[in-house]
Amino acid sequence: MNTPATPPTSDSLRDLHRMTQAFGGVPLTRREAMRRAVYGSAGLLLCEPFSLRAKPAMPAADGKAKSVIQIWLWGGPCHIDTFDPKPEAGTSYCGALDSPIETNISGMRIGQLLPELAKQADKYSLIRSMTHGNNGHETAAYLVQTGRTSERDVFPGLGAVVSYFKGYDAGYKGLIPPYVVLTQPQGRFSEAGFLGPRYKPFATGGDPNAKVFAVEGIVAPGITEDHQRERRNLLGRLNTLGGALPGNATIKTVVDSETQAYELILGDAGKLFDLGQEKDEVRDAYGRTTFGQSCLMARRLVEKGVPYITINYQGWDTHKQHFQIMNRKLPELDKGLAALLSDLDGKGLLDSTIVWCTGEFGRTPKVATESPWNGGRHHYGKVFSCLLAGGGFRGGQVVGASDAKGEEVAERPVYPADVIGSIYGQLGIPADAPLPHPQGTPTHVVPDKSEGVPTAGLLKELV
Amino acid sequence: MRPTALITLWIATTVSGLALAEGVHPVFESGPVVRPPAESENPADELDRIVLANLDSLGLKPANLSSDAVFLRRAYLVTIGTLPREDEARDFLESQDEAKRAMLVERLLSRPEYADYWAMKWADVLRVKAEFPIKLWPNAVQIYHQWIHASVRDNKPFHQFAQELLVGSGSNFREGQVNFYRAMQDRSPRGMAATVALTFMGERAEKWPPRKLDAMAGFFANVAFKPTAEWKEEIVYFDPTADKDGLHKQAIFPDGTAVTLDPGKSDPRVVFAQWLLRPENPSFSRCAANRVWTWLIGRGVVHEPDDFRPDNPPSNPELLAFLEREFIASRCDLKHLVRVILNSRTFQFSSLPAQDAPEAAIHFAHYPLRRLEAEVLIDALNQITGTKESYSSPIPEPFTFIPEDVRGIALPDGSITSSFLELFGRPPRDTGHQFERSLETNPAQRLHLLNSSHVQKKIEACPLVVEASSDDDALPELVREIYLTVLSRPPTADEFATLQAHAESTAADGRTFAADLVWSLFNQPEFLFNH
Repeated sequence: MNTPATPPTSDSLRDLHRMTQAFGGVPLTRREAMRRAVYGSAGLLLCEPFSLRAKPAMPAADGKAKSVIQIWLWGGPCHIDTFDPKPEAGTSYCGALDSPIETNISGMRIGQLLPELAKQADKYSLIRSMTHGNNGHETAAYLVQTGRTSERDVFPGLGAVVSYFKGYDAGYKGLIPPYVVLTQPQGRFSEAGFLGPRYKPFATGGDPNAKVFAVEGIVAPGITEDHQRERRNLLGRLNTLGGALPGNATIKTVVDSETQAYELILGDAGKLFDLGQEKDEVRDAYGRTTFGQSCLMARRLVEKGVPYITINYQGWDTHKQHFQIMNRKLPELDKGLAALLSDLDGKGLLDSTIVWCTGEFGRTPKVATESPWNGGRHHYGKVFSCLLAGGGFRGGQVVGASDAKGEEVAERPVYPADVIGSIYGQLGIPADAPLPHPQGTPTHVVPDKSEGVPTAGLLKELV
Repeated sequence: MRPTALITLWIATTVSGLALAEGVHPVFESGPVVRPPAESENPADELDRIVLANLDSLGLKPANLSSDAVFLRRAYLVTIGTLPREDEARDFLESQDEAKRAMLVERLLSRPEYADYWAMKWADVLRVKAEFPIKLWPNAVQIYHQWIHASVRDNKPFHQFAQELLVGSGSNFREGQVNFYRAMQDRSPRGMAATVALTFMGERAEKWPPRKLDAMAGFFANVAFKPTAEWKEEIVYFDPTADKDGLHKQAIFPDGTAVTLDPGKSDPRVVFAQWLLRPENPSFSRCAANRVWTWLIGRGVVHEPDDFRPDNPPSNPELLAFLEREFIASRCDLKHLVRVILNSRTFQFSSLPAQDAPEAAIHFAHYPLRRLEAEVLIDALNQITGTKESYSSPIPEPFTFIPEDVRGIALPDGSITSSFLELFGRPPRDTGHQFERSLETNPAQRLHLLNSSHVQKKIEACPLVVEASSDDDALPELVREIYLTVLSRPPTADEFATLQAHAESTAADGRTFAADLVWSLFNQPEFLFNH
């Protein structure tokens, strides 16, 4: 797994950091913490207590979109079984999935296991000419989420970039961190890159489909609130080193971060993760699966103003048993994603929420029938599909096309940088907004020509 | 639990009978610093004379000497990255031997964990990590780490260590040290020169005039790489014809000394190593000695230890000169330097500053608080609770899984990790910079330690908790055992009284009480920080 570079901070910034830490050292009382919360300076939860870096040099304008939900199909979903069906290519390509269905947009067909999404096609567009040509999970995951090809510097993914431009540095005040991943971190991909740990996502852990969604660190099953309070009480009284070092700035950061942590553990903010607050019909509509309930959780996070949420949906790396797995997973995806789109729309949130759904690549259109695969599909970075909805993007459109067998891009190639740049555009983050490159190399959120990153232009056709 | 009648006895057994001088903290300090005799030739005494003279000249007072318990914990943490076990703590605290601190240093230096822990530090500097973004195959990473680990274990003289890294040639699956070049992010001659400068001279080439880097690049323009028939194996070698741009013709040593290179005859890297590793060349030895100082004391004489430059002078030039002399005189013996520093009073200063002066820290007037490194922290949690961790790496396929007995400090590969290690700032090992390792404290870490199922499960499995008696009479010994295991010291009377009140008010059984206490100590700054 690749990990991000901790941000190299200039000495002057470090000194500034130390100075800001050096004021007073008395542990916050609860009342004081509440007062600060009211006046908005306690909203730094789950990140470094003070900004170690300069604020974004170019603050994001108010874009049409406020939040992004990324549905990450980890492992690489097959494009021709989902959003780019090719029934004419024959059984050796389609297997049993050779009867795509019409959607509510005439002429736009999708895979036969996605009937609910077929009813919502007016809300999303499909890009059928995604390409980068890379067949390795980690590099492809990096490519699709950073738009970058660099093997020298580790660039941040767009979740971290959005957190950088729309999170705490930009006045985001939520107790819930600005970049959340449901439920496990990606592992193969360093989300924050050189932006550093401050911009990493908060991974919830737990299972939103379980009786209690045990969000790691926030909800501890088996410990009652009274017991939490008793323990917390003990904590302060046994701080002998803190007592010997009154006013120590280092200990103050521990105590401050503890105060903030308890706002989530015992305060109202943590209740957001209690899916029991939703009606049963709503929960059922999303599907009683980990993925379905993650979609519901993502909607709740969007309602709270969280700017970037990734649903890390694993299990798409189907070298073997591909069709058996599709029969199981596609209905799950169908139900959860369709419910999410219609629920966001019903609540008037779809216009301000981008939903994008893709994986690191597609899969070989021709089925691998030989042993040991016996009906599997392998990695395919040459062509894949991406679903894009909301946030001001037009729905009901198809961008680009693959050839008759889904093996080559036939028209209008779309590179990861094009999708990412278009998402930034809708969020009001200008393409030339600078990123703080560790060696000071001038770098923009959307790679420019000098980086040699392939691009075929932003998705003007969807805006 | 009811209040126990043993309270009087309890105080008698926990508070030292020795009367402490005024202003000496009973838990963390043992007494004021006694100045070293002027005539002593003991290098640790000389070190202290330099530090104390500098403090005197600045009108700063040194902190008191740390207590035995603080010294014990600190020495374990910096030497072997491991907490003392309860019996080790008990033995050390009970020992009446006047030389027990020096004896402990010797024991620690011969522990196998010394090699694990210091190899981890060098592996950070030397970028020991598989795959992304440098695409180094795990075989290569393993052998690179083995080479570093064996060098540390055998206490290979550091100039020899550097020499082997600088001039190595051969297969990167067979000759571990050649991965020094293979694992560089930028393998252009300038990139290699910049990495060598960072690693062995502690200088950041991006702060140099560009011509200086160009001139150093000439020494690395003949380093070449070629594949073999084996999957992802590469040969690092000297190629006399590789320097197509003629960079070697403009080669000048970083100190400005002229040189004429003839790559047709000999490897320019050898010429560079000869220049770098001469005893009279300060850039090599001062960098190495200052790194060791930083790792033990928490702050460099030059800070950061990889940022030597004219406008970042040492806070105490005599001290840096002393460390450099000591290092050279011992023929680049790293363990010798560790021993000298650990036996000094300076290392043994308490963390409680003698005055409220911001400049005291940069002159080493007291020992700083440093959060435990990610690997050390998880190993400590596991040791105390008798639990293990599973580490794996999802890249490249097939996935790598590490046996559960392997401790965090012994993990060879930076890409083999866990979310805990990530959360607590394990370095990505991309660049070799010291600042890649984060020792920050943040609320996400606090949530994890306060309330995660990960830590909760460990506490529930902890033998001290599982076997805790609910018998009132057992309370003092239970508390004492938990304190010695987690904080390496007995509890104070105040702490005991607090715990007794907690036991009373919650009326919990022994297990719940013990779990509350272990949990509470895990969340104390005294546990989270080396102090």
